[in-house]
Amino acid sequence: MNTDGPSSVIKKLVSDLTLTPVICLLVLAVVVIVVLFAPLIAPHPEAAILTDESFSLPDNVMLLGSDFLGRDMLSRLIFGARVTLSVALTISVIAFVLGCALGFFAAVKRGWVDSILSRSVDALISFPAIMVALIVISALGSSITVLIVTIALIDSTRVFRVARALGMDIVVQDYIEAARVRGEKMGWIIWHEMLPNALAPLAAEFGIRFTYAILFISALSFLGLGVQAPHADLGVMVKENMQGLLYETYTPLYPALCIAIVTLSVNLLVDWFLKATDAALPDEL
Amino acid sequence: MNEQNQITPVFEVNGLCVSAQSRKRHLTPIVSDINFSIEPGKVTALIGESGSGKTTIALACLGFARAGCIVNAGSAKLGDVDVLKLSNHQRRSIRGKDIAYIAQSAAAAFNSSLTINRQVTETAVINGIMSQTQATDKAISLYRELDLPEPETIGQRYPHQVSGGQLQRLMAAMAMICDPQLLILDEPTTALDVTTQIEVLRSFKKLIRNKKTSAIYVSHDLAVVAQIADEVLVLKEGRVVEYGPITQIIDHPKHEYTIELINAAHVMPEQLPSARTPPTRSDDSMSLPLLSVNTVTAGYGNSHQYLALHDVNLEAFKSRTIGVIGESGSGKTTLGRVISGLMNIKSGSVALDGQPLNDNINRRDREQLRSIQFAFQMADVALNPRHRIDKILGRPLAFYFDIPQESIKDRVAKLLELVELPVEYARRFPRELSGGEKQRVNLARALAAEPKLIICDEITSALDTVVAKSILTLLSDLQSRTGVSYVFISHDISIIVKMADTIAVMREGRVVEYGTLEEVITPPHHPYTQQLLNSVPVMRTDWLDNLATT
Repeated sequence: MNTDGPSSVIKKLVSDLTLTPVICLLVLAVVVIVVLFAPLIAPHPEAAILTDESFSLPDNVMLLGSDFLGRDMLSRLIFGARVTLSVALTISVIAFVLGCALGFFAAVKRGWVDSILSRSVDALISFPAIMVALIVISALGSSITVLIVTIALIDSTRVFRVARALGMDIVVQDYIEAARVRGEKMGWIIWHEMLPNALAPLAAEFGIRFTYAILFISALSFLGLGVQAPHADLGVMVKENMQGLLYETYTPLYPALCIAIVTLSVNLLVDWFLKATDAALPDEL
Repeated sequence: MNEQNQITPVFEVNGLCVSAQSRKRHLTPIVSDINFSIEPGKVTALIGESGSGKTTIALACLGFARAGCIVNAGSAKLGDVDVLKLSNHQRRSIRGKDIAYIAQSAAAAFNSSLTINRQVTETAVINGIMSQTQATDKAISLYRELDLPEPETIGQRYPHQVSGGQLQRLMAAMAMICDPQLLILDEPTTALDVTTQIEVLRSFKKLIRNKKTSAIYVSHDLAVVAQIADEVLVLKEGRVVEYGPITQIIDHPKHEYTIELINAAHVMPEQLPSARTPPTRSDDSMSLPLLSVNTVTAGYGNSHQYLALHDVNLEAFKSRTIGVIGESGSGKTTLGRVISGLMNIKSGSVALDGQPLNDNINRRDREQLRSIQFAFQMADVALNPRHRIDKILGRPLAFYFDIPQESIKDRVAKLLELVELPVEYARRFPRELSGGEKQRVNLARALAAEPKLIICDEITSALDTVVAKSILTLLSDLQSRTGVSYVFISHDISIIVKMADTIAVMREGRVVEYGTLEEVITPPHHPYTQQLLNSVPVMRTDWLDNLATT
């Protein structure tokens, strides 16, 4: 008989642990540690100008050379990643809480509640996300708060659709009906009966949303509407150091590479997780 | 033995073993050492509970093993050809032409966007055996033989334009289009209503007899098998426990499992032991109804556009069972939903202990909610797969009674004991339980609320007869111990007469006959009740033939 508690999912995850997810896990672990302890690990302060020379070559003082203002590229990279990842994480969490709550609410309530919510989301989705973000940010100014709220709202529409679809499938199950006959309140049903059954696909979706959030704020920052100087995120750093390409340095490629590695690792981990949890779902033999 | 040697069997299975193969190539046997042979024009039945391996054997006869399974020994010879030794390509040319298969759910086997004729004739045409016109003519003559209405034009319809019973017969036509030597029928009538089952069974029998086709008939219902089969293999846990002619199996069963199967099968009213005190109108307990449903009309869609219940009146009494019987679409499940408050009422009222109940579940108070509990048909989906049993049973306790967390554990243990399950099951997940055990948990959850009334919606129809019987015994037990009342909804009149004190017969949303058990089952009946009573297969080989003449 198929035993499928949380423990068997973990067993399955471990048994599927091939080289790829191991590498991704290691990469992310290193990134998380570096980002958490950035002030201790970074060799120089974020904004200190250490040399007159722009795009200096790597040496013993500055391991990745200097940026366009002569600041230490490695230190800025560490602080930049810190900003990018924390902002992306905040965005994903807000988008998820909002999207899931509304999505499940729509799935349970149906009728006009569902119609209003779904059509509003459709309307929001019909605009290109980057355009909506540009309009809102140019109207309200670019602060971290505005950035987070705007992107979280845009992202939550995607989460809403996933959560609503999952919820629709779950809400017709008899165990939901059983809870309703018992007289349970809707909040309890969503939290205790529906959420545990949607957790695996939602966790995977969270990973994907997180990578999109990284790419999205990087894109905004690259356009100059994201994080403002003297702070920097990875997107700003690509933009700042674009000139470096003319001088045949690798400087702008470091932050770009950083974005690529983090998003790729998260994506591959999501694949591994999905594969393991899908197989752990009840299979009718 | 001499007689058997004179006729060469059409199909012969020797030492068949099918095993499930794990990823590490470890084999777990599903069926082992199966031997049987079928003579021309004879029907062999495979009978057993779910999990006994009957479908696995049937599929192996097609040279097919389900994903993750392999046939690891034995032979299945059709004439001189061993089906199991053929290449995939050779097998494909045999299937449909020499061996045909009729699945349990015809609705799932038909493509809903192609006409019936196109699908019925497909095998013959793509194998180049007949031209399209020849095949269509053949199909029409098969439709006629299967007693389908309008045989000339029914094939031009789409699958959703015919009824479930007709679709099942159309699938038989599809299987017979190439005149196969062997027909495999896998629970072909299980998903049908009893009255429809008779018609389908009758058509199948006629067809097999006329065409002199050999057949393998897979079923869990010995009484149905008795009507059609010549020989029976009784299977248990992948092994043959008894093999012999049908009359011998029914009249002189040798193995105790066969006896158990026969005892668990349908019991007709005249065979009922009169252990229960039959209720009468003058009975004290029947004076004041616990629950009364007064001229309720309700339906689905906007403002009850599609009515499912018309002016329904009935009552449930304390410590008594009211049986609600009807076929699919009769409105019996809707009635349960109306009583439990899951559905709004268009007109009429429902009252508990004389107090009117609000039809909106959110406006009922906790005491009213507690008094009426619902036990669902499919325990599989009625229990949240992510919750352990103790959470499933603990929640109603915490919800209805203000009891401390520590004593909930004891109460859960008591509940498990009440439904005769081991206390250790509290830490299990639903999928670690068998179907019957899940149904017990399902009942325990309803009992946790200490209700006055439990609505049992077809709670045994997804279970094997032996398991179903034990659940029914449990229900009667619980009633005498706790004094709970049941609204027992079922499509199976043989179960209803076993369980119910009063009976409501429903058809097309109306109660057509209503009274005590005795009033309903003693003639004169309402014609529909009569039809239902006649449709229950009796464990006699001549039941269907006699029925045909009356």
